[in-house]
Amino acid sequence: MEKAIRKYAPIFVIPTFAAFIIGFIIPFIEGLYLSFCKFTTVKNAKFNGLANYIHAFKDTQFVHAFGFTASFAVVSILLINLGGLGLALLLTRKIKGTNVFRTIFFMPNLIGGIVLGYIWQILINCLLSIIGQPLLALNSTAGYWGLIVLMCWQQIGYMMIIYIAGLQNVPDDLLEAAAIDGASKATTFFRVKLPMIMPSITICIFLTLTNSFKLFDQNLALTSGQPKHMTEMMALNIYNTFYARSGAQWKGYGQAKAVLFCILVIVISLVQLRATRSREVQA
Amino acid sequence: MKRKFLVLSLVAVLVLTSLAACSGGSDGGDEDSEATGSVYYLNFKPEQDAAWQALAAKYTEETGVPVQVVTAASGEYETTLMSEMGKDGAPTLFQVNGPVGLANWTDYCYDLSDTEVYANLTSPEFALKDGDKVAGVAYVIESYGIITNKNLLEKAGYTVDDIKSFEDLKKVAEDITARQDELGFCAFTSAGMDGSSDWRFKTHLANLPIYFEYQADGINQTAAIKGSFLDNYRQIWDLYINNSTCDPSELASKTGDDARNEFLEEKAVFFQNGSWEYGNLVGDGLFSDEDLVMIPIYVGAGDEANQGLCTGTENYWCINAEADQADIDATIAFLTWCVTSEEGTEALANEMNFTIPFKNAVPSNNIFVMQDTEYTAAGRIPVSWNFTTMPSEEWKNGVGEALTAYAADQTDENWNEVVNAFVDGWATEYAAAHEE
Repeated sequence: MEKAIRKYAPIFVIPTFAAFIIGFIIPFIEGLYLSFCKFTTVKNAKFNGLANYIHAFKDTQFVHAFGFTASFAVVSILLINLGGLGLALLLTRKIKGTNVFRTIFFMPNLIGGIVLGYIWQILINCLLSIIGQPLLALNSTAGYWGLIVLMCWQQIGYMMIIYIAGLQNVPDDLLEAAAIDGASKATTFFRVKLPMIMPSITICIFLTLTNSFKLFDQNLALTSGQPKHMTEMMALNIYNTFYARSGAQWKGYGQAKAVLFCILVIVISLVQLRATRSREVQA
Repeated sequence: MKRKFLVLSLVAVLVLTSLAACSGGSDGGDEDSEATGSVYYLNFKPEQDAAWQALAAKYTEETGVPVQVVTAASGEYETTLMSEMGKDGAPTLFQVNGPVGLANWTDYCYDLSDTEVYANLTSPEFALKDGDKVAGVAYVIESYGIITNKNLLEKAGYTVDDIKSFEDLKKVAEDITARQDELGFCAFTSAGMDGSSDWRFKTHLANLPIYFEYQADGINQTAAIKGSFLDNYRQIWDLYINNSTCDPSELASKTGDDARNEFLEEKAVFFQNGSWEYGNLVGDGLFSDEDLVMIPIYVGAGDEANQGLCTGTENYWCINAEADQADIDATIAFLTWCVTSEEGTEALANEMNFTIPFKNAVPSNNIFVMQDTEYTAAGRIPVSWNFTTMPSEEWKNGVGEALTAYAADQTDENWNEVVNAFVDGWATEYAAAHEE
């Protein structure tokens, strides 16, 4: 029976695979081709070699956007994962009301990025106005920290759920054995729990890393890159290259940036997966 | 053998259904295009969507030619147009917003010089040209200026006739500010620099220094603006932000709705906006035609006694040159019908409130539009819309950000930033838009 299923496995894969080819592979290859072209629509593309890539590398705004995105990613990955893990530890202690709090912390994740961005823009602007600081549109420091606060608020709850699932999977006998051996709470956490939840850490870091790099909605709604592109992240920079410029050549530049962006995200996340996977252990 | 057939047919069904699910987005248009051709209009103005649908249905009823009208979501026109143009059954009729917008689409614009639509324009100035080719024709003429609440102005002891120049406007506005607590209202609505409102200043108000410079130099576009009238721009901006309903440092977050609501709630006398706001202002019955008047934006330049409203267009119809000839012909016939027939012109004027620049136009009942006609009849010269020559959206954003920063901290250094964004930004962005 199992043999028969195995034999027909490719057949069951076909529908999804076909959709994947149509919805992902073909557009991706077309996009790759367009990045070497000057075009207005996908139909009138004219090949122009590496010109788009040369322009993309020379674009100081794009380079700045990369720097800004990277520094945002580092801080937000740290804060979100520490926050998520911290909450997960608190909420796996069998305290009263645990489920209510889990639900509450998870809820921000259900609101869309654009809506969140505008709500936080109002909140942060009110705060800045009260303390007499320049508003978000003129204040890149506030924009940077605003984005981080917003992303933490939105994502900590989600990561918390994954960490809770991981912590609940740590076998009780291991913890018991550690307790009998006289391990302190800190030792139990660092030597037993942490290695056991490495798979959760892998997935959480992967999610926060890719989310931070691909961040668009929140960036557009909260600061929209102001002031002077100082808080513009890579995805928004690509969007602006496409739509805020006139002249057909800009479409190609935007496309080349998008390809570079895609490769960058793939490479970084592969490196990260490899690095954290290697530290996973079996109980 | 039988089982194999069963498996294969199951696979076929699965693949077909998943494919069908994927292709659900592309809707018809091709099957309609028989010998007669068909029309597909990608409409820019969401406010007029219902009226266009009705007009299209009427045309189809009369002639049997199918007309499909699709409206792009507000602010999403370029995005929608770009993806629609890449498809089979692309729009046959679309719009660009002036010479800068045309730069993207010029390859797709059918030459309209031999069409009746072009011949019917009241002035060849309303055509958008690319060399000798007539790439587009304007379809709506709009005006903007300072919308004034006559009742409040009277309460403050003035009438519209007291405002004939920038000096007058400044005197009135500053007097109202001085007596703000006693009067209970301010001079200007908030000059919000949020994305929903900043175009009123980074685009429309910025048109005035550009217009006066073009006039002085006798040109109608340039690769490098000199900024000869930027001091006037500063004067009017200072007046707007320092005599308004809110602290200038809070303008960064004020929206278009904020300004409109302040005007509707009679918190301010003046509101810079255009004839398109007419419906919003009289719609709820808060104002009637007698309460409102639009005055020119005086900046203290040129011949102020003869300055009219800022009147022009940034909406040009273009026909897709890549469409089938039958569809192109059908589209030209549809447009001709819209701007010459009784039903067409009637609908454009009364249903859509458009003032169309065509010979058979029916006068609109929009008072701001009527006022523009009166001003022009009285010998005042309308300020043309030169903001369509601004090099890019990026340039406007740069000027807007510098204006916002200056409003928050009104120093000469900050004004220099505005000048830099205006003058140097223009040269950089012009070069960027024209590089190969």
